[in-house]
Amino acid sequence: MEHSALPINVTVNGKAQAAEVEPRLLLVHFLRENLGLTGTHVGCDTSQCGACTVHVNGLAVKSCTMLAVQADGAEITTIEGMADGPVLHPVQTAFQEQHGLQCGYCTPGMVMTAAHLLETNPDPDDDAIKHALEGNLCRCTGYVNIVKAIRWAAEQMRGQHASS
Amino acid sequence: MHPASFGYQAPGSLQEAFALLQEHGEDAKVLAGGHSLLPAMKLRLTQPEVLVDLRRIPGLDGIRVDNDTLVIGALTTHTEVGTSEDVRRLLPGLADTASVIGDLQVRNRGTMGGSVAHADPAADLPVTLTALDASFVLASAAGERIVTADDFFVDFFTTAVEPDEILTAIRIPLPSTPARTSYAKLPHPASGYVVVSAAAALTVDEAGACTGARVVLGGVAGTPHRATGAEAALTGQALTPEVMAAAAEQAADGIDPHADSYADEDYKRHMTVVYTRRAIEAAAARG
Ligand SMILES: Cc1cc2nc3c(=O)[nH]c(=O)nc-3n(C[C@H](O)[C@H](O)[C@H](O)COP(=O)(O)OP(=O)(O)OC[C@H]3O[C@@H](n4cnc5c(N)ncnc54)[C@H](O)[C@@H]3O)c2cc1C
Ligand code: FES
Ligand code: FES
Repeated sequence: MEHSALPINVTVNGKAQAAEVEPRLLLVHFLRENLGLTGTHVGCDTSQCGACTVHVNGLAVKSCTMLAVQADGAEITTIEGMADGPVLHPVQTAFQEQHGLQCGYCTPGMVMTAAHLLETNPDPDDDAIKHALEGNLCRCTGYVNIVKAIRWAAEQMRGQHASS
Repeated sequence: MHPASFGYQAPGSLQEAFALLQEHGEDAKVLAGGHSLLPAMKLRLTQPEVLVDLRRIPGLDGIRVDNDTLVIGALTTHTEVGTSEDVRRLLPGLADTASVIGDLQVRNRGTMGGSVAHADPAADLPVTLTALDASFVLASAAGERIVTADDFFVDFFTTAVEPDEILTAIRIPLPSTPARTSYAKLPHPASGYVVVSAAAALTVDEAGACTGARVVLGGVAGTPHRATGAEAALTGQALTPEVMAAAAEQAADGIDPHADSYADEDYKRHMTVVYTRRAIEAAAARG
C-alpha cells in the first residue's frame, strides 16, 4: 500500500527546509538525495558503522536509523555544516594534522561523533574517547590516529576557550 | 535499504494515541526511539501498516523522584538515564547499565520504554530493572494498570503490554535503607549486546551483614533470571570475599543457557559465575 507524503520542516546547517516526504524515507536519504548533502555516508545501513552520524538537536545520531518524519521540527547539523566558511572545525583540522584518516569513508561520522563528545566532555582521556567511538567503525586506520586527532582537537579547543 | 511502506501518525496526546491503536489494532506499532523497530522493519522482520510515534505526547519523558519512588518516563533516553545526577546518586547500577548499551549514538535515541517493551533477551535494562524490583505503568483507553517486573517480562520478545496499551513510565522503589546497586556485562564483541550479564541490589546493615539481596542474570534465559541460590547465599551473611565468591558459584544452578555461534553453554555458565561475582563485589563496594 502506498502512503501519502507528509510535510516536514527542519533546519539543516542553519537553513530552514520544508519538504514533503514518504514516511519510510530515512533521514540519511533525505539529507543525501533531497538536499544533496552527500558528505553524510552510508556504510552499513544496519545501524552499526556510524558513517551516517549527524547531529539532531545537538546530539550525535545514526541518520540511517531515523525517519525523516521523526526529525520534523529538529535542528540538524551535517559534516557540511561544521566548517565556518573556509575555516575548518577544530576536529576537522585535527584529523588532517594528525592523519586521522586514510580512505576517508568513515571520517564524516567520526568527526560528528567526536564533536559531540567534546561538547559534553572537553578533556576526555583515551578511554573516554574510545568509549565514545564504539559506534563508529573504521576499516583503514586502526583507530590510533583517530584517537590522537581527537585528543589534539580537545587541546586546541580548550586553548581557544582559555584565550577568548 | 528502505522499510516497506507504512502510514505515520504523531499524535499530540495519549487519548489520540489510544484511539489510533484501537482503530488499527495489530496493524499498528508504537514508535519510540526506533532503534529496535526501524532496523527490524528495514530487514522486513516486521511490517506494521501504521506507526504511532509517541514523540509529541507531553509527559512521557524525564526522571523525577516522587517520595520513595524514582519515576522514569518511557521516552527517557539511555543517555538521559546514564547521565542523570539523580540516577547516578540513587541507583548507580542503573546509570552504569544505561551507559553500556550499544554505543553513544544508540544511547542518544533509544529509550527505556522501548528497550523493555522490545524485551530482547540480550538487552541490558530488563536485567537491572528486575533487580531493582521496578514496576511498569501500562495505560490504555480503559485506564491504567501497574505490572511488576516478574509479570512484565513474559518470554523472548514478549511482554505484558497489550496491543492497545502504551507503557508510560517505569517506577523504581527507593527503600529507606538504600540498596547498593551494580551491573556487570560481558558484551558480544561484534554486536555489543549481552552474552551474559548480572545485576545486583544488596542492602547491608551497619554491622556489614547483608539484609536483602536481589541478583538477576541476563543472556541465560528468555527473560531476566533471578539467581535465587545466590541471593539466599548472601542474605544474613557478612559480605566477605569468600561469601561473595560462594554465592556467585550458585548463580549457574538451574540455568539452561542457549548456545550460539559465539558462546557455547559451558562458556556461558562459567561467565555467569564470573560476572555474578563481579556484580556482587561491585555492589558491596558501593557502601
Ligand atoms: C547498533 C545497536 C546496538 C544496540 N545495542 C544494545 C545493547 O548493547 N543493549 C541493549 O539493551 N540494547 C541495545 N540496542 C537496542 C536499543 O537499546 C534500543 O533503543 C531499544 O531496544 C529499543 O528502544 P527504542 O526507544 O529505540 O524503541 P523502538 O525501536 O521505537 O521500539 C521497540 C519496540 O517497543 C515498542 N514500544 C516502544 N515504546 C513503547 C511504549 N512506550 N509502549 C509500548 N510499546 C512500546 C515498539 O512498538 C517496538 O515494538 C541496540 C540497538 C542498536 C541499533
Ligand atoms: S550507515 Fe548508519 S550506522 Fe552504518
Ligand atoms: S579511513 Fe577508511 S574507513 Fe576509516
